[in-house]
Amino acid sequence: MMFVPGNNPGMMADAHIYGPDSIMLDLEDSVTMAEKDAARLLVHNALKSIDFGGTEMVVRINPLNTPYGRKDVEAVVKAGVDVIRMPKTETADEVRELEAEIVKVETELGCVGRTLIMAAIESALGVVNAYEIATASKRMMGIALGAEDYSANLKTQRTPGGAELLLARETIVVAARAAGIACFDTVYSNLDDMDTFRKEVELIKTLGFDGKSIINPRQIEVVNEVFAPSQKDIDKALRIIAAIKEAQAKGSGVIAVNGKMVDRPVVIRAERTVALAIASGILAKEEAL
Amino acid sequence: MEIKNAVAGTLESGDILIQIAPGDGLQVELQSSVAAQFGRQIKAVITETLSGLGIDNAYVKATDKGALDCTIRARVTAAAVRATGKDVWKD
Repeated sequence: MMFVPGNNPGMMADAHIYGPDSIMLDLEDSVTMAEKDAARLLVHNALKSIDFGGTEMVVRINPLNTPYGRKDVEAVVKAGVDVIRMPKTETADEVRELEAEIVKVETELGCVGRTLIMAAIESALGVVNAYEIATASKRMMGIALGAEDYSANLKTQRTPGGAELLLARETIVVAARAAGIACFDTVYSNLDDMDTFRKEVELIKTLGFDGKSIINPRQIEVVNEVFAPSQKDIDKALRIIAAIKEAQAKGSGVIAVNGKMVDRPVVIRAERTVALAIASGILAKEEAL
Repeated sequence: MEIKNAVAGTLESGDILIQIAPGDGLQVELQSSVAAQFGRQIKAVITETLSGLGIDNAYVKATDKGALDCTIRARVTAAAVRATGKDVWKD
């Protein structure tokens, strides 16, 4: 998910060319108070007019307890945004409050249920309430860690190893999995240190995250490289799926591939590997059938 | 509709700077490196946007840096909202 400042039309128009899985147009921290009105209009018009090539479009709105939040919701829902990202989410009630605002606009438009919600968790209270937040609405499609605010709230600072974020990251992954939704890791903002960035992406992949938030197209390649499965893994996954399909056709649930027992968790992992290979563009959908 | 002086947009690539002031009728002065090819279209988007907002008397100075039509509409609307004090998204 690539973050793009909501008041920069040049960056907005070009963002999808680099091939991120989703684009998050930001109305919150990257926009000054004096430009909130102009950025809202820009994002509204961009969503309505620019062909983003099917890329999932997310808008980070301002919190609802600011003078901007409700106007942001109206502007982006009217423009047909896919997902609203709510910043600094601390409780399930905040998600429900946002949902009520969305319903108000969608009812006016006659499209109730169209807009999904992603909650950014950026404080200790948000981490403690992660599962309640993740299950607060049927519209919840994911939760994400916002590490800068979270570190400040913990009274610590970000380090290259990320020890200060470990509990929050694990809690968010567990909450998302328990709720059956996606989870996204925070941004890494030092563009000159791609080695540490790669290590961070490797870490969050191991922890179970579905993806990484990025701030520059240069980071896309690293995330795709780390998340993309190897050819060996893809071949193995395809063999497992083929074998289990054959076994199911014969009425058997457990099989062996290359002498190893294959049961349900192995099949689930194989299916995820294939899904990642398709998402990474290294396997055509037809090849996976 | 009464308006005061207002500005929206920037001079960054892909953007357009809109300066709006009280005027008699709709007058648009455009500065753009692509004025020869797209000048008429840019001016049309500016005047259509203003008319749509009920503004029929204004002087507009537009400095274009390769803005798309949607960006021109957004910047003209932002300048008009600031010039009239009437928000397009009311509470």
